[in-house]
Amino acid sequence: MEKREVVLVDAIRTAFGKAGEKGFFWHTRADDMVVRVIRELLRRNPQVKPEMVEENVWGATTQEGDQGLTLGRTSAILAGLPESCAGFSVDRMCAGGMTAVTCAASEIALGACDIAIAGGVEHMGHHPMGATADPNPRFLAERLVSEDALVMGKTAENLHDMFPEITKEMADEFALLSQKKAAKAYEEGKIGRMIVPMTVYTKEGWVVADRDQQPRPDTTLEALRDLRTPFRIQGNVTAGNSSGLNDGACGCLLMSAEMAEKLGVTPKMKLVGFAYAGVKPEVMGLGPIPATHKVFEKTGLSINDMDFIELNEAFAVQALIFMKEFKLKMPDDPRLNPWGGAIAFGHPLASSGPRLMCHLMHEFAESPEAKYGLTTMCVGLGQGGSIIWENLQRKNK
Amino acid sequence: MEKLETQFYTQFYNSPAGKIALLTMDNGADYKKPNTFSEKALKSLNAALDTIEQVKDIKGLLLTGKPYIFAAGADLTAIPFITTYEQGYLVGKMGHDTFKRIMNLPFPTVAAINGLALGGGLEIALYCKYRTISKSVPAIAFPECFLGLVPGWGGCTLTTKLIGPEKTLQLIIYNALNQNRMINGTQAFELGLGDRLFENAEFLDESLQFLIDIINGKTKVKRKEPDFKKANQLIKEALAFVDSKVHGAAIAPYRALELIKGACSWDIDTGFEEENKALGELIKSRQCKASIYAFDLVNRHAKRPQGVPDLKPKEINKVGIIGAGLMASQLAYLFLYRLKVPVVVKDIKQEIIDRAKGYIEQELKKAISKGKIEETKFNYMLSLFKGTLDWKDFEDCDFVIEAVFEDMKVKKQVFKEAEEVISEDCILASNTSSLSITEMGSELKHPERVIGFHFFNPVAVLPLVEIIRSKETNDLTLATAFSVAKKIKKTGLLVKDSPAFLVNRILTKMMVDCLEIVDNGATFQEVDEALLSLGLPIAPFDLLALVGPAVAYHVLETLNRSFGPERFPLNENFKKMIELGKTSVYLPNKKKKTVDPEIEKLWLRKGDYKYRKEEILDIVLENLTKEIDLILKEKVVASSRDVDMAMILGAGWPFFMGGITMYLDLVGITPRVLQKVFFSF
Repeated sequence: MEKREVVLVDAIRTAFGKAGEKGFFWHTRADDMVVRVIRELLRRNPQVKPEMVEENVWGATTQEGDQGLTLGRTSAILAGLPESCAGFSVDRMCAGGMTAVTCAASEIALGACDIAIAGGVEHMGHHPMGATADPNPRFLAERLVSEDALVMGKTAENLHDMFPEITKEMADEFALLSQKKAAKAYEEGKIGRMIVPMTVYTKEGWVVADRDQQPRPDTTLEALRDLRTPFRIQGNVTAGNSSGLNDGACGCLLMSAEMAEKLGVTPKMKLVGFAYAGVKPEVMGLGPIPATHKVFEKTGLSINDMDFIELNEAFAVQALIFMKEFKLKMPDDPRLNPWGGAIAFGHPLASSGPRLMCHLMHEFAESPEAKYGLTTMCVGLGQGGSIIWENLQRKNK
Repeated sequence: MEKLETQFYTQFYNSPAGKIALLTMDNGADYKKPNTFSEKALKSLNAALDTIEQVKDIKGLLLTGKPYIFAAGADLTAIPFITTYEQGYLVGKMGHDTFKRIMNLPFPTVAAINGLALGGGLEIALYCKYRTISKSVPAIAFPECFLGLVPGWGGCTLTTKLIGPEKTLQLIIYNALNQNRMINGTQAFELGLGDRLFENAEFLDESLQFLIDIINGKTKVKRKEPDFKKANQLIKEALAFVDSKVHGAAIAPYRALELIKGACSWDIDTGFEEENKALGELIKSRQCKASIYAFDLVNRHAKRPQGVPDLKPKEINKVGIIGAGLMASQLAYLFLYRLKVPVVVKDIKQEIIDRAKGYIEQELKKAISKGKIEETKFNYMLSLFKGTLDWKDFEDCDFVIEAVFEDMKVKKQVFKEAEEVISEDCILASNTSSLSITEMGSELKHPERVIGFHFFNPVAVLPLVEIIRSKETNDLTLATAFSVAKKIKKTGLLVKDSPAFLVNRILTKMMVDCLEIVDNGATFQEVDEALLSLGLPIAPFDLLALVGPAVAYHVLETLNRSFGPERFPLNENFKKMIELGKTSVYLPNKKKKTVDPEIEKLWLRKGDYKYRKEEILDIVLENLTKEIDLILKEKVVASSRDVDMAMILGAGWPFFMGGITMYLDLVGITPRVLQKVFFSF
């Protein structure tokens, strides 16, 4: 098998809801959200007939209940894809969807299939983080990881300890910028077109989930300053400078470059390279740094080649450390999350990776001069994942 | 239990085409308790519409239900309390007035039929300008005529105007009177009830997009113009159909025909006014009351059988059937199809067994062609069936049922032979229609495993099984019998071990009276017509031919032996007829009922009295009343409800008679004969 070029043709997501009873997805199943995304991808790309989709890969952190039973296969059946479409599920926690994309891309690159759908979903209302996990007692007994490793907020506090120069004020300022950039992007209609509205059942009648529930466009530094620090007394991490608990699904349509040409679809970006790397679980937010170094090393590109960086804002502190490492402009680099990030939109774990790609795809469309972009994120228990994409929507290719 | 009230919830959505109101019908319970429309529900709708009318800039409205359910129609629990024309009229008017507000909204409206839509639940959708239907809707219907009502909240008028008289008659008349047949979403769309048919996966999303496209002019709806030209002919045909089904004994379907006919030419308001009047007449009618009672019997009473011991039933992994005749073959297929366990059939002649196997093959093929069984399952299913001459094949059976000749000696003999090979706790059931179960088991080592399990012919059509407990039957056997009945999708009814049990005792009582009336001078046809005018599904002498006179005579003999000749005389003419080998009093295949001249010749009349129809009915019904009273006093079944349920499910007697006792009460026969009524709360 000869390596082939893999392109991303489209990406779309549901709105991101708040996890829990107040979220608009409370009575909606995660697999139904996936079905909505799959069908919308095909609706938007009519050249791709359902029978052409050969693989359906979905990431979810909790693979049980409405996210269980091999979601990649069940959602293919539920979406009405023909039985010939194979499917599987993957889990790399927050990078589950990202991993789904790189898995599908790998299959395409190796010629195992031509067209695949890949994405991530997380209904954190139905599946609170770690609710049914059963960690091996050895983790703590043998001090394999620190007790903090399983509580993401504590790992963020650990980062503040490790980098005392990143203060709470900086984190709050970063969070405020994320909210403001997101609000502006919303206002300019940039976000709405990435969201497929979904009619969802509530006890007060059906409603249309077409806007994220998480963003707080009116937030202020003062309000952020006064928030509780739930992970430690006199801590730095608050609900305001972290990403929140959400329900959402996001998926991508991937294919080989040849197939795109054959079908006459316009690919949006090409996968240049990807890498995953591990770090200490108790400072999992460092993950994107080694992963990004690794992907640069493998592709021969550098941070200076990146016109856009879509970094998942699990916590403001983690984003700031990344910016520091790669010498981005503080506190706001125009290349980084120009339309806001997870602090504003929310972070339904496995769906965030594909959301970064969706943002990047639209940013590329608006910046035909841009050539490369990076999507990167940290992962619980100490990992990072990074993918470099090339803009195929350039004026002079 | 708190009563569920359907609420109308309003939500607004700022769509790309402007503000859209989402109107949801929801009673807050799951799909097992569908939305219904009570007076309170209509008030909730009015309040929702008040809100919607006040909001500016609404561009469209989408009406839908809760998951899996659109709406199941009017709340029937109020019907027993409506006793006057005026009250019934108002029920109609209130529905029309409220629903019409939807019709008058000044923007596009879409009813998104996402699930079950029956009666008023279907009617409300007709007030929207457009309708979308989900492919996975299991049931859409106007069951009104089945319940002594008409679709009187616009159903007759609006359906006729939307899809024309032919299809409307199909929905409102033919389907309702064919055991309340329902259609699915695709069929409803094909009838023209919907403008779009969408897959369930994104049904509301696509329905909403459809509305948005209508608002911004991206889509136009084209409908086929209904054809009113053949209306008169169609109504005439439907009238003949209704006559054949209810013989003038029900009012509702005739009233529906008038409304559908009228709707072909009336304007909507005239149609609505006529519907109000029809409801005024019908809701208070005895047929409607009896139908609602019957509906409750079949849907609730029948599903909670009384007297089932609270213990874990025995698991049935193999069924044995003694006998391989037609009844036995029907049973074999039923057990095979429903339980999907090995079924072994034993007879004494190879050719009978071969015939049974042929029958099973043919039924399996039928089921495959109807899509009830997958084609690939044919060989497996057939391999579960075995015909045998050897008792040894019964060794590992868990449930054995006999369907041999109605003779106590024969039945005792086959049970004895079976007992020699079967395990100690294998159940021995008898499909006898009249013989004592206690006696049948009296010579066995383990009589506690013997039980009556009495089906009705045709087995595939009539859902009742009389479960007869002998004096010895133990709780495990009884619990297992009920569990088996449920698994083969029949309704089990506990009946005392008493001659001819319940349904056959009633039918036989009716039959002996009919014979006696003929003896005294009436013609067979006069008697048949008189009883058909009640709305019975089959005339007495046609039923006799169906059951077989010899079998019927056997049952009569059993009753005669137990209860004496006064109530169950052994009719001499009847006996002669059987001795002559006659299978019917009528000649076969005649268009008009013609009595066989040989029957006419042998039948010795005791008199030449000229009966009026009413006299015939009085004799039969008064005697039935007394017999049912005795049945209840003997505790053959627990209540008059059981009697009615059994007549509906075991003899196909009509809903609008409420079985039998409700009819006898309502027309005043019970009070006249017994100075009381059968009904009690």
